[in-house]
Amino acid sequence: MSATSTLPGGATGPGPAAAPGAAAPGALVEFRGLRREFGPTVALDGLDLTARPGELLALLGPSGCGKTTALRVLAGFEHPDAGEVLVDGEDITRVPANRRDAGMVFQSYSLFPHLNARDNVAFGLRVRKVSAAERRDRAAELLGLVGLPEHGDRFPHQMSGGQQQRVALARALALRPRVLLLDEPLSALDAKVRLSLREEIRRLQLSLGITTIFVTHDQEEALSMADRVAVLNAGRLEQCAPPAELYERPATAFVAEFVGTMNRLPGQLTDGGRVAVAGVTLPVDGEIPRSPAVEVLIRPENMTATADERGTATVVSASFFGSVTRVLLDLPGGGSVKADVPSRDAGALAPGVRATVRPADRPVLVVPAAAGTGA
Amino acid sequence: MAALTPTASATSPAAPPPKEATPAASSVRRRSRPRVWRGAVLVLAGIYFVVPLLASFVFTVHTPGQGVSFEAYTGILSADGFADSLLLSLGLAACTIALSLLLAVPALVAVRLGAPRLGPVVEIVCMLPLVVPPIALVSGITTVLGWGPEYLSTTPLYQTFIVVQNESFPLVLVIAYTVLALPFVYRSLDAGLRAVDIPTLVEAARNCGASMPYVILRVVLPNLRSSLAGASFLTLALVLGEYTIAALLGYQPFAVWIVTISGSQAQTSVAVSLLSLLIAWALLMVLSRAGARAAAGATNPAPGAPTSLSGKE
Ligand SMILES: Nc1ncnc2c1ncn2[C@@H]1O[C@H](COP(=O)(O)OP(=O)(O)OP(=O)(O)O)[C@@H](O)[C@H]1O
Ligand SMILES: [Mg+2]
Repeated sequence: MSATSTLPGGATGPGPAAAPGAAAPGALVEFRGLRREFGPTVALDGLDLTARPGELLALLGPSGCGKTTALRVLAGFEHPDAGEVLVDGEDITRVPANRRDAGMVFQSYSLFPHLNARDNVAFGLRVRKVSAAERRDRAAELLGLVGLPEHGDRFPHQMSGGQQQRVALARALALRPRVLLLDEPLSALDAKVRLSLREEIRRLQLSLGITTIFVTHDQEEALSMADRVAVLNAGRLEQCAPPAELYERPATAFVAEFVGTMNRLPGQLTDGGRVAVAGVTLPVDGEIPRSPAVEVLIRPENMTATADERGTATVVSASFFGSVTRVLLDLPGGGSVKADVPSRDAGALAPGVRATVRPADRPVLVVPAAAGTGA
Repeated sequence: MAALTPTASATSPAAPPPKEATPAASSVRRRSRPRVWRGAVLVLAGIYFVVPLLASFVFTVHTPGQGVSFEAYTGILSADGFADSLLLSLGLAACTIALSLLLAVPALVAVRLGAPRLGPVVEIVCMLPLVVPPIALVSGITTVLGWGPEYLSTTPLYQTFIVVQNESFPLVLVIAYTVLALPFVYRSLDAGLRAVDIPTLVEAARNCGASMPYVILRVVLPNLRSSLAGASFLTLALVLGEYTIAALLGYQPFAVWIVTISGSQAQTSVAVSLLSLLIAWALLMVLSRAGARAAAGATNPAPGAPTSLSGKE
């Protein structure tokens, strides 16, 4: 998992597609203090979040953290108990769903079963009383845009899941909405289709320049597609930042551990804003906690492990990831640590072998020791 | 499947390895056993249904000592009261279908969308007519309609009582039949609503800018077409055959008329029963065809679609 490889706009340049929706400029979307309770469950707990014009913002978070609820509030299917939603500065909190100007692709297959692909795409145009000829042209254009020019006559049950979600995307774009909402549109698809479709969504989004909010609980998806990623936890925003920043400089311990893989090692604060961990002393990045017991967060790629007969750690297992091998080691004081070792050097680190682990000499995040965490 | 089996048996004698032939043969034998049973059950059921129909038919055309004659059938149209009672029944059926669908469709859709937790309550209410005997229903109705103290005679309530009992088109029967049809209408619609994800479809349509009435008309109803057809047919069959309530309230729709003439013209009455059975059967065919065509968009793959080919085994 390397998040740094896909900097915003880096991997996926503007595609060659024509831009029939380019007339709709990206809108500014703001959530302000959104709160929504379902009985005892607090789905949104004062969510503040802004999507900038034309950006792809991914909402990332564990299951039940309120991602779908936030999106549904924006689409008008859910009403907040408190707070407001603004699009281009205009408060739309009380605007009914059918006048929201936000196209949505749902997690479950949501095409109208009694209509073929063309009529599904043209449904919104028909609602708007657009002429039949124009509907046909526009539907054909959109189906071309999502790569299904030949599928206009197919009914939903005659299409694969990936094709259905493409048609749903075309349907969501048909009315040239100011905002595009995607609620885990790829989660029902198999890995390969998912990969190609997310690239296409990104390409399309860039060429249309439409503000897009993309809900996912797959961090790889979020980090690889989005301009910025908003990490939600228990109905609140933890951090909203570009993928690389999220990965390199997580604002909170939750983000640090939710995004990517993170080691938590017991540390000792020393003078001069440094922390002693695993036999070395490293500079502290960011805030220094006041609590006496601290833990240090270090990514596996910033740990080195070398086979060493006098080492104190013991190799438990090694997983081959291509260019690197992730080695899991037991530490003498209990707890374990993961280290990414170049695969060509990993041969010596067989299970049972003694080894020395050492963090790379770079600033590290330090958090108060969590109760009950042995490491 | 049927196409596959002969091919397999045709190749296995030619193919040298006997190992393959054995499992194939045993599987054929295993499969032929249920086939025998299926045939037996089918024949028994067929006898059960066909014999009474045949006996009825013979009764209508054959009079002992007088030979065969189709008079019972040719005389139906001119029989006294046939057209009136049939038209009355069809009219009652049409009104009952309209009323019960108007009541049930919005209620069930609303419950599904807005208050899923009320679902069981609605189900119980809708199924209640099944456990209330028609006799109880009739005595209830007569009690209510008979209750009309003199001082109310100038009020709209009294007028309503009189209108619903209008001899030429007794609306009170429509009301009673709607209650009787409710369980069938509910079952049919409920199955239809379960088959599609109505809440998501509604949200998708709202997201496309559709108002709620538009959504119901253009998205919900088209996807319920076959279950609407089913509900209509069940209601039609119920109204055409209903005797107890109509007879006890003193009206003469089709079923009551058949029983009435059976005293004087037994053959005609049986002939009419047979014909009405055939008509109902034909209607069922038409409706299920219509339902299948409506569902073609939803379930029946068009010719050439790959889904059907891979779908069968
Ligand atoms: N209609 C509802 N009625 C009751 N509780 C609800 C409802 N919708 C959501 N919730 C609750 O609100 C919380 C947030 O739900 P939400 O669907 O927004 O989560 P999510 O982040 O989308 O999760 P997932 O990744 O599993 O889709 C959950 O605890 C959920 O159980
Ligand atoms: Mg969700």
